Amino acid sequence: MKIVVTVKQVPDPNSSHVLEADNTLGRDKEVVLDPGDECGIEEGLQLKEAHGGEVVLVSMGPERAKDAIRKGLSMGADRGILITDESLSGADAYLTARALAAAIKAEQADLVICGTESYDGSTGMVPPILAELLGLPQLTFAKKVEVDGSKVKVNRQTADGHMVLEATTPVLITVTAAIAEPRYASLKGIMAARSKEVKQLSLGDLGVESGERAETIESMADAEARKAGAVIEDDGTAVDQIVKFLADAKVL
Amino acid sequence: MAKLWVYGEMSEGKLNATAAEIMARARELGDVTAITLGAGAKAAAALLGKHGAKSAYANEDSVFDEFLAEPATDALADLYEKESPDLILFSFTSDSRDIAGRLAARLGVGLISNASEVGAKNGGFTAKVPYFGGAKVASVRANATPAIVLIRPKSFEASETGGTAEIKELAVSIGDASKRARVVERVVEASEKVKLEDAKVVISGGRGMGGPDNFPLLEELAGALGGAVGASRAVVDAGWVPYSMQVGQTGKSVRPGVYIAVGISGAMQHTVGMKTSKVIIAINKDAEAPIMKMADLGVVGDALKIVPALTAAVKAKKGKS
Ligand SMILES: Cc1cc2nc3c(=O)[nH]c(=O)nc-3n(C[C@H](O)[C@H](O)[C@H](O)COP(=O)(O)OP(=O)(O)OC[C@H]3O[C@@H](n4cnc5c(N)ncnc54)[C@H](O)[C@@H]3O)c2cc1C
Ligand SMILES: Nc1ncnc2c1ncn2[C@@H]1O[C@H](COP(=O)(O)O)[C@@H](O)[C@H]1O
Repeated sequence: MKIVVTVKQVPDPNSSHVLEADNTLGRDKEVVLDPGDECGIEEGLQLKEAHGGEVVLVSMGPERAKDAIRKGLSMGADRGILITDESLSGADAYLTARALAAAIKAEQADLVICGTESYDGSTGMVPPILAELLGLPQLTFAKKVEVDGSKVKVNRQTADGHMVLEATTPVLITVTAAIAEPRYASLKGIMAARSKEVKQLSLGDLGVESGERAETIESMADAEARKAGAVIEDDGTAVDQIVKFLADAKVL
Repeated sequence: MAKLWVYGEMSEGKLNATAAEIMARARELGDVTAITLGAGAKAAAALLGKHGAKSAYANEDSVFDEFLAEPATDALADLYEKESPDLILFSFTSDSRDIAGRLAARLGVGLISNASEVGAKNGGFTAKVPYFGGAKVASVRANATPAIVLIRPKSFEASETGGTAEIKELAVSIGDASKRARVVERVVEASEKVKLEDAKVVISGGRGMGGPDNFPLLEELAGALGGAVGASRAVVDAGWVPYSMQVGQTGKSVRPGVYIAVGISGAMQHTVGMKTSKVIIAINKDAEAPIMKMADLGVVGDALKIVPALTAAVKAKKGKS
């Protein structure tokens, strides 16, 4: 089974990232493989271990995004493809998906695995656009995936429970953090990753025109902050004060 | 007058509440046509008429309930050919996300996702979108026509106008090529007495609750206040409580009269889902936790002591009145 996992490099959620004056992230800021995509890689590896095949990582980003691919390769993925091009800087979901689709199409994958939404963009729109461009059905918000021959069964997380979904390969799935606990890369894995192939492609290589952006960020402002109210130490009267507060708010 | 579409997501024969919320803004921006697909679509279309839709297209074919995304995408793309609206609004919920993304690609236009506001500007449309987990808000302009925007639940307050929509049957013929992602089963796990999204009081627990065994303390308080229990993603990921309880960027958005955050640090990704609550109370043993900077009342102390005492006090007070 050929499995493609899309992986994005994002600002480290654990470091406090400050935006530059032009609302971009400083280039020297810490970046990591998106935690959601790490789960996607883990699921891809587990499926490969159960059914055989190959796990290919595809990323669109600046050259340093190779580090994110390298991290996935050290977990055990087989090879990587990085789409990098000056004209992709600040790409929106549509352009990102068009670039990814061109690279993935050539791979003829049975299964394309994406995260449900990226840490920084959080549009959640790259996967459905990608599915449409690739002409694949999509099974989304998976917390469990089972493959039996060409049949793919997904347990989909919903707002009030779950759904069971089914499709035949080739198919695109998006996975939630509940899908699998990502493994740590072993020393052996890290060493092996160094010699694994990471192919670098430009938009020209893929025959994709960047075109006009579908959307433009006109301005960026700090989110409206709520004012802090009273902060009290629990000296034994806290409960009374909360009760009074609830009464004032007319819920008691 | 701008021509707008509002897509009303159906599930199990019921209209997702976000559609009516979106109507409250959409009707200010132009003439709205609602579109509802699947079981219950006609009644849902009528309901959206009460919220200001001038007209509606509905189709109750079971194909829309049996298969994800593709049949609805086909139906909308076909109708687009005839109606060419300027702006198409979806809710930022699972099924709508799948459909909106495919439709945007089909029409070759891109889209703006996860918006908390949408408005008209210079003959086009702009939306407000939270970035970096909600720390920043971007104002984003749609460059293509139609503009497609996905709106976060609870961004607007639904209100009826008393109008009626002219409801038309949407003619569709869905080919087998679009019947691929099959829904085999739907299971409702949440047995909440009060729905989290609709609750007047929400009490959410985080890692500070110490473990799943302590969540019943929150249930009891919620019971006493007639509210519902929510949770942070940290405890959902840890398997303490189901995903249906998660509040935040990747969970539910809530806007209750009172939100009580118990043992929750207040990460942006959590607060983006609850910061429009009318009143926020935080109980946290750390006076420096970010949630304290946005709470109307911050209580520094041990949740496991305060919550049971609070429940008892609420019950006592209710008993008296
Ligand atoms: C892409 C992405 C999406 C995300 N989406 C969401 C989302 O939708 N919702 C969400 O909630 N999070 C989300 N997160 C995670 C978020 O960043 C935080 O990690 C999470 O909200 C933290 O949960 P917490 O506050 O329960 O845990 P912690 O941050 O560990 O905080 C626990 C708090 O409990 C307090 N505490 C400990 N013991 C006690 C006690 N006995 N009494 C009182 N207080 C105590 C501590 O002081 C601390 O403040 C997302 C993250 C990412 C990267
Ligand atoms: N630049 C990118 N390179 C590779 N994959 C991406 C990229 N952007 C988004 N994705 C994939 O799409 C998922 C959802 O991202 P988004 O649509 O940006 O919220 C991510 O978890 C990735 O799997």
